[in-house]
Amino acid sequence: MNQDSRHIVIAGAGHAGGSAAAMLRQMGWQGAITLIGDEPIPPYQRPPLSKAWLQGEATAESLALRPATFYPEATIALRLATRVTGIDRTAKTVALSNGESLSYDVLILALGARARRLPLPGADLDGVLELRSAADADRLKAALQPGARLAVIGGGYIGLEAAASARALGAEAIIIERESRVLARVACPILSDFFHNFHRGQGVAIEVDAQVAALDGANGRVTGVRLGDGRSIPCDAALVGVGAIANDELAAEAGLACGNGIVVDLAARTSDPAIFAIGDCTSRPLPLYERTGRLESVPNALEQAKQAAASICGKPQPAPEVPWFWSDQYDLRLQIAGMPFDTTEIAVRGDVDAGKFALFHLTEDGTVQAVEAVNASTEFMGGRRIIQRRKRLTRARIADMSVSMQELAA
Amino acid sequence: MPKITYIEHNGTAHTVQVPVGKSVMQGAINNNVPGIDADCGGECACATCHVYIDAAWLDRIGLPVPGSQEASMLSFAAVTQPDSRLSCQIEVADDLDGLVVRMPEGQH
Repeated sequence: MNQDSRHIVIAGAGHAGGSAAAMLRQMGWQGAITLIGDEPIPPYQRPPLSKAWLQGEATAESLALRPATFYPEATIALRLATRVTGIDRTAKTVALSNGESLSYDVLILALGARARRLPLPGADLDGVLELRSAADADRLKAALQPGARLAVIGGGYIGLEAAASARALGAEAIIIERESRVLARVACPILSDFFHNFHRGQGVAIEVDAQVAALDGANGRVTGVRLGDGRSIPCDAALVGVGAIANDELAAEAGLACGNGIVVDLAARTSDPAIFAIGDCTSRPLPLYERTGRLESVPNALEQAKQAAASICGKPQPAPEVPWFWSDQYDLRLQIAGMPFDTTEIAVRGDVDAGKFALFHLTEDGTVQAVEAVNASTEFMGGRRIIQRRKRLTRARIADMSVSMQELAA
Repeated sequence: MPKITYIEHNGTAHTVQVPVGKSVMQGAINNNVPGIDADCGGECACATCHVYIDAAWLDRIGLPVPGSQEASMLSFAAVTQPDSRLSCQIEVADDLDGLVVRMPEGQH
């Protein structure tokens, strides 16, 4: 079929969907592209929402992935405030929330993930907030007046970043974490301790091993977080940051293979060759680690957008990347390369107390699987290369600052 | 508005207008110029907006300050040269009208 007559529908206009549309044009796709998003604004960057946006240091323009004029110029039909509600794979159509139906030749699912909610009494009170979208961030920002008390339920990255932003805005913050340490699911104990202590030093209160029993309210508005031990922590707003769930229901209903996300291959193809899936909603191969998994990150969204665009345009597939993540809190920049599967020891390079260090996670045979770097970009970049090359190193050599990262990575 | 020319690794040139105050990286992204990925959105955190500065412009643009975040990111970017810069760290000004930058073979 002539490419010019084929229609690509992209369901989801987040970082992944917006980038896929742009990359298709970069790779020379001449056919029609329709980009459908349920939010009222064109694709934008989510990472600043908990940081620069919350602190008033970003504008709607700087948040946008591309200027609004880009979409008409690139003849990408942008359908905002619209949701895809069903997929008919036989007829190759998608149903939209406004009752319309659109036919596709190729469908890209970029449906994202949604915040996990607390199945607890009071979770629907006003002032109980989550943070995924610009609208969520605006609600949180409005609550972070100087002196306001923010209770953060969940000591993950979103929660820690929001607490740091709250402090920058002159609000009080308390982090309530179910596990015995913050970042319990995503970082090693050394890093958890470091961030715990740093936040404490910035005036953030932290409760670990704390079960939330309910959210207390008055007149329909949250007034406190009640813990399992009976204590109540008063607050003016509560941010729930307890993880995200892949939006894979549409795909599952359409009979596509799913399992904690829409199952895709390294070309971002689902079990239907006419349907691709990219970003937070996918369960993807992690070739470096000979596993599959779900990655909630911008670099992953971009990598899979590129994989899908290359597949569709018949271009060579990009080489698999080392997964990476970042988080900014106060003047700390955390950069993480890789994932610490099967690791048995940690090598510390740099000075943890000085807030400039990197943690190298090694398997039994010394293969570097992951590097967590705090204010240590050289270690992060070098670590990425070491992981990519499956290099083996000893703890002593990694810790030896007289050996440069260039030498370590060589 | 200053004009900037981005030359892809395959030689394809894109000349676009970029407002003063934007970065050279944003100029590429906003005009969908292929070859600059900018994964981190301009935070100097990923080294995927790497460019080579045309020789005629190197004096004006300069090289990254040794020991800076940009220099450390660049030290492990793909295929660096002595004229390598991260384009998110170059702010467009009137005196950069006509700037020419070249893209490396890849950003990863």
